[in-house]
Amino acid sequence: MPRVLTALLLLAACASQKQEAPAADRAEQSRAYFLQASRVFLHPRCANCHPDGETPLQGMDGKAHDPPVVRGKDDHGVVGMRCGGCHQDHNLALARVPGAPEWHVAPREMAWVGKTPRQICEQIKDPLRNGGRTLAQIVDHNAHDKLVAWGWSPGHGREPAPGTQEQLGKIVAAWVETGAECPAEGARP
Amino acid sequence: MIRLSVNGTMRELDVDPEMPLLWALRDVLGLTGTKYGCGQALCGACTVHLDGEVVRSCVTPVARAAGKSVTTIEGLYDHPLQRAWCDMAVPQCGFCQSGQIMTAAALLAQNPKPRDQDIDQSLAGNLCRCGTYLHIRAAVKRAAGMPEE
Repeated sequence: MPRVLTALLLLAACASQKQEAPAADRAEQSRAYFLQASRVFLHPRCANCHPDGETPLQGMDGKAHDPPVVRGKDDHGVVGMRCGGCHQDHNLALARVPGAPEWHVAPREMAWVGKTPRQICEQIKDPLRNGGRTLAQIVDHNAHDKLVAWGWSPGHGREPAPGTQEQLGKIVAAWVETGAECPAEGARP
Repeated sequence: MIRLSVNGTMRELDVDPEMPLLWALRDVLGLTGTKYGCGQALCGACTVHLDGEVVRSCVTPVARAAGKSVTTIEGLYDHPLQRAWCDMAVPQCGFCQSGQIMTAAALLAQNPKPRDQDIDQSLAGNLCRCGTYLHIRAAVKRAAGMPEE
């Protein structure tokens, strides 16, 4: 974890530098930024609610959500098993039920489980698969969304996502500023 | 002071806003038809409606119900589900049944003719240690005026 955090901090610091680099270097930097961000995207605190199926996952080993819920038509569950029926807008310390505003699973087209960093990158840039967001909105979503923020405050001894939301926001912003390039298919963080 | 409607009657509760709604219903208002099972939203015994939506009252802070309408099993009165439950002798020990009926009532309100899959998905969070699931599904269908199998 400290190694990951150090890398994120270093990259976040780089993101604040405004020196122009040659195009090839900028593209390489951009791919590196995305790989760093993918550490967060593929962490179970984030990926568990970006499932490639009907059911969200839970735990570090990605077990199916228990009780058995399904996403339903609006990704908030079905009648009787709506996400908000159990999950509040905050973590519950005693009951250990995680919670944040607008608790729900990401739409099917935003599935991350089983995807490579490149596949996620292409997906995130595609308005048909990112909720119609611009790149600027993608940056804002990662940096400020309250449900995304839960990844770093998961409660009850759950391992948080790497780094901080602020650092992720800076890394994603740097990725966009350097051209929003996607890493090679085989590249891993 | 938290004001909310419970089964159509306005109530004022001088309680900790973080108190689980279940405690307020059972211990403050004396509505003991709603049961305490797991305390972690895992069993469904505590199911009530909040503005018509199913919530697990054991994990719902009472503050969330402020200004809203809560319906408990006592508020269903002579619901077709309750009649079907009695006619078909669905309960065995009975502990989970108020939660089962509350979830089923929400389902029928939105989906008057549910398929087996709809019933199973909606009631998946209501556990029955006596294993009355087949009876429950049949009773939901009877209440919906559908063939039971």
